[in-house]
Amino acid sequence: MDAGWADPARLYGQARRAHLLLEQARTEVAEALGARPDEVSFTSSGTQAVHLGVLGTLHGRRRAGRHLVTSAVEHSSVLHAAAVHEGEDGTVSTVGVDLAGRVDLAAFGAAVAMEGTALACLQTANHEVGTLQPVERAAAICREHGVPLLVDAAQSAGRLPIPQGWSVLTASAHKWGGPAGVGVLAVRKGTRFRSFLPEDERERRRVPGFENVPAVVAAAAALVAVKEEAERDNARLSALVDVIRERVPQVVPDVEVIGDPVDRAPHIVTFSCLYVDGEALLTELDKAGFAVSSGSSCTASTLRPSHVLEAMGVLTHGNVRVSLPRGASAAEVDRFLTVLPDVVRRIRQDAGVA
Amino acid sequence: MTVAAQPALTIDALGKKCPIPIIMLAEQINFVPLNAVVAVLADDPAAFTDVPAWCRLKSHPHVGTYELPGGGWAIHVRRNY
Repeated sequence: MDAGWADPARLYGQARRAHLLLEQARTEVAEALGARPDEVSFTSSGTQAVHLGVLGTLHGRRRAGRHLVTSAVEHSSVLHAAAVHEGEDGTVSTVGVDLAGRVDLAAFGAAVAMEGTALACLQTANHEVGTLQPVERAAAICREHGVPLLVDAAQSAGRLPIPQGWSVLTASAHKWGGPAGVGVLAVRKGTRFRSFLPEDERERRRVPGFENVPAVVAAAAALVAVKEEAERDNARLSALVDVIRERVPQVVPDVEVIGDPVDRAPHIVTFSCLYVDGEALLTELDKAGFAVSSGSSCTASTLRPSHVLEAMGVLTHGNVRVSLPRGASAAEVDRFLTVLPDVVRRIRQDAGVA
Repeated sequence: MTVAAQPALTIDALGKKCPIPIIMLAEQINFVPLNAVVAVLADDPAAFTDVPAWCRLKSHPHVGTYELPGGGWAIHVRRNY
């Protein structure tokens, strides 16, 4: 990108050009996400958007109270921000989920209604199992109690319509096919927000530092393009996920497909194989050319199983998460379903499971 | 701990990583009579979730999970069939 290299905060010609490109991208992203341009700030990642969004809203609302509500299956960026808040004598309610990973809305509402609730957080779709959360119903509860709702739309922005009723919205460009290094933090007009970081004029004082204009421009272009094709892509990917959900239990014994079968993100499917070491499974699938993820503890840097699978109460070992890219084909899914049974059988055999 | 039925078999999976405690449980549950209780001793955090999840998948009741004084849990499972 030759045009966007300059600092949009300066006044020379190239800088003005960069400023125009940045504001054009902001307008496009705002329109795609159902926000006003002046509500949208760009961050350096989805994680940073969540950190700034959670802690900045809590800071802005510190006179309203110090209580934060989240679901137990939020992205670690939300839970880690909550831990910082707790470390500063804030209180946190972590609301449980059902076997499909959907938040307990009655418990969520009860937590929001507590005295001194400053902020509630809920994701649009779970990043590990794909289950959609009842965001608009949660937003109605929050509105009733005058509590802002931060909606983490990282898994769905560009793919699915943004639910109504958010006060703060976060997303990540690489999740919609844009470049890494760009996140979005949108703060609804009227929501009290105050950055907890040292003062900086950039991005309406919400995000410090010189924006990565070329990456932001690319992120906006990707979002517009993905949104245009979303309906067709979703139908295709969702049908492939249905094939995986249906066939995996037919071709692999002792397997549990996880997450809501219908109310889910179009491209994510997760299952767990009994008696199988997740790391061995990932390694073997990688050798066969499949780059899948796992929530099993042996595959996590922390050596703890995924907090999402734990909260759901489903098997954490032998876990495989398939996230279908936009170009995924039926032939690749077929090959995956052909390779998988042998891989699982071999690992079980090595572990001495008949 | 007082309400827990006396286990007919105790499987010591302390220090073993998942899925080994589950593999041991699946192998050994048939060694006890129907309706008897097997206790799995495990300290891998994954076992805390995985043993009850195995019970649900295999239709053996999960009787309860009791903390061990030295860390980890005794997870009690009743043989159902």
